[in-house]
Amino acid sequence: MAPDSLTLRKLKERFPGSVLAVHSYRGDDTAVVKGEDLVSVARFLKEDPELQYNFLMDLTAVDYLGQEPFDSPQRVVLGSAQEGIRFEVVYHFYSLPLNQRVRIKVPVPESDPTVDSVTGLWAGANWFEREVWDMFGIRFKGHPDLRRILLYDGFEGHPLQKDYPLRKRQPRIGPQV
Amino acid sequence: MMDTQAEVGRTHDETMTLRMGPAHPAMHGIIQIDLRLEGEVVVRADVEIGYLHRAFEKHCENVSYNKCFPWTDRLNYVSPLINNFGYAMAVEKLLGIEVTERCKYIRTIMSEISRITDHMTNIGTSAMELGAMSVFLYLMKAREYLWELIEAVTGARVTICYGRVGGVKADFPDGLKEQTRGALRECRSVLREIHSLLTKNRIFMDRMVNVGVISQEDAISYGITGPFLRSTGVPYDVRKAQPYMVYDRLDWDVPLGSNGENYDRYLVRMEEMEQSMRIIEQALEQMPPGPYQVDIEGKPLEPPEMVDLGKLGKTRELLGVKLDLSPNLRGMDRPHHQLVNVPDKKVVLPPKELTYGNIEGLMQHFKLVMDEHGIRPPRGEAYQAVEGGNGELGFYVVSDGTDIPYRVRCRPPCFPIMAALPRMLEGGMVADIVPTFGSVNMIGGELDR
Amino acid sequence: MAVKATVTFGNQFFTSRLEKVVGWARKYSIFQYPFVTACCGMEYMAVAAGHYDMDRFGAGLPRFSPRQSDVLFVVGTISHKIAPVLKTTYDQMCEPKWVVAFGVCTCTGGFYDDYATVMGIDTIIPVHLYIPGCPPRPETVLDGLIKLQERIQNERQELFHGS
Ligand code: SF4
Repeated sequence: MAPDSLTLRKLKERFPGSVLAVHSYRGDDTAVVKGEDLVSVARFLKEDPELQYNFLMDLTAVDYLGQEPFDSPQRVVLGSAQEGIRFEVVYHFYSLPLNQRVRIKVPVPESDPTVDSVTGLWAGANWFEREVWDMFGIRFKGHPDLRRILLYDGFEGHPLQKDYPLRKRQPRIGPQV
Repeated sequence: MMDTQAEVGRTHDETMTLRMGPAHPAMHGIIQIDLRLEGEVVVRADVEIGYLHRAFEKHCENVSYNKCFPWTDRLNYVSPLINNFGYAMAVEKLLGIEVTERCKYIRTIMSEISRITDHMTNIGTSAMELGAMSVFLYLMKAREYLWELIEAVTGARVTICYGRVGGVKADFPDGLKEQTRGALRECRSVLREIHSLLTKNRIFMDRMVNVGVISQEDAISYGITGPFLRSTGVPYDVRKAQPYMVYDRLDWDVPLGSNGENYDRYLVRMEEMEQSMRIIEQALEQMPPGPYQVDIEGKPLEPPEMVDLGKLGKTRELLGVKLDLSPNLRGMDRPHHQLVNVPDKKVVLPPKELTYGNIEGLMQHFKLVMDEHGIRPPRGEAYQAVEGGNGELGFYVVSDGTDIPYRVRCRPPCFPIMAALPRMLEGGMVADIVPTFGSVNMIGGELDR
Repeated sequence: MAVKATVTFGNQFFTSRLEKVVGWARKYSIFQYPFVTACCGMEYMAVAAGHYDMDRFGAGLPRFSPRQSDVLFVVGTISHKIAPVLKTTYDQMCEPKWVVAFGVCTCTGGFYDDYATVMGIDTIIPVHLYIPGCPPRPETVLDGLIKLQERIQNERQELFHGS
């Protein structure tokens, strides 16, 4: 089943080389795009008069430590990402005029976990990106103030990475349990 | 207030740095705002969050699907039911199942009761911070009526853990309809009182009107949703835009503000409570009827007796027998169970008669609760949004095909609002911080997770 | 030090009477500092408001300054990030002071056994009363409060700090 919603179709037409895979599993339109083109894809989604994805609803990441990123059995692969992918940064956009959602995912290699920041397009991206940095250790190029947000200075590591143990404590005061 | 709560320092350019919180009463204990003041005017505000980070997402990656529910309760602990159902719906979407009609109504009704308690708590505490103690007391009283309802249905007051993947824990108890009507009547009268105490109150208006203003463009750019966005006049409500449960079958309105100020947000919340009550009333009317009270011969059996009979292989005789369940399992017997849960054996625990009375039921139960068995959605991902008390509450669940979620992400509605808080505070007075922050309805559990 | 002089020359009888009176006064005039962080705060609000009314037991007046309060109610999960703040707050309270751990998160860490949460506030400050429950029902809280009052009554009353 080839996904052919308006958004995905337009994305594929406009960015033929950078859309790596698409699927509409369970009705969620999804496109995997190359990291270099993220900002232009996002700008296109936001500014195209037919799309107008004006909300950045959510920005998060998934750590696929030691596995190929998996998202759906229905994925249609259009290109191949580079080697050594560990994370995927996941953007959920919502278009108020269209009343539609789209999910954009960006593969991030382990060797250089960096993504371009979209703070220039949505003010709300600022804190979301700080959270992803805090939890996953993914850096955002062009972010005005990339520091920890939920954890404290002096915390080592990034707890949502799959290899961070759930119970590894780093107390600021009190016993070092 | 100077000791722990505020550290005062002076810098060269004659602005003053004031650190408000986290142990400041108006900061709800878990927010710190670093202020740069010029006299009474806020020049810069820096919000520091994370004091209640409790690793929700990490915990969910370590337990099976149904075991995540207790953690979702504690995200937004003022309206935990909505969190429960949001997460359940995300997993159901991933599994591709649809819950039963009665379950949809139950979820709708419980979500709206939660929404009312959420708004009540918000208005009550923020009015208290402005000195209106009686409003707080009245609203807590009204909330108590609703909590009694919630307790009757779920067995707990705050951390209810009522949702299940594929259904809910138990059906409504008898007589809930009348009880709900009574509670709503009480709430309405309290809300009338609140209206007369606050809505035209000079002091209240002076502190709320034209304070904490945010424009439509800014609100959208920050990703703000919920009453906060609607106070700026954007008619976005997940319940209307992308209806789930049974919201599209009911008649209700989305109240809108126009200026995006604190006072508008107060009015929007007050009106939303009224709309929620309308939803509850209609849903109670439309709800498909509960289990028919069929007369079954003989007295109900105690669970141990049923287990004994089952062991002897007398399962045939047990088919029509009613089980005498303990009070905290009430609503989970066969007639109720079929109405509120999907009939999918791979997802939902069997009714208690089957668990106690025959081996297949026992196996089914066992398979679902054991680690490494349980619910196994296919590999894939799904994002499901519901309208929480503060706005769009989204759950993004990634499954790797095992019984443990690979990743559960909660999109907390008050996170973007807190991100936009400096925008609303800067240029205002120090005293305006309290009402503006109050109108954000910051809930630590979902903000920091 | 007039009182102390009286006490030393007086007999045991007088001291114990005075202690009783002071204990009685202290137990019914609890000024509490609610250190509210999380979900337990919802129940705390319910107990403090009209329905359950903590004020009936003489603990109705929350003070939001540690200097003015004598019972520290720690309500809700304490993460490692906020732990130093809790410690400072406790240190700033004047003697005599008592600490109540409200909710299982403060008692033991509860089910937040993870990298972010302090496993019980008694690892950082002393605790005099534990009220378990997640969150504790208002009845439990009131029961706990009465137990605390008994304890305050029966304690040796230090009339002067260090006496
Ligand atoms: S004990 Fe339970 S209700 Fe209380 S703060 Fe902890 S998790 Fe929340």
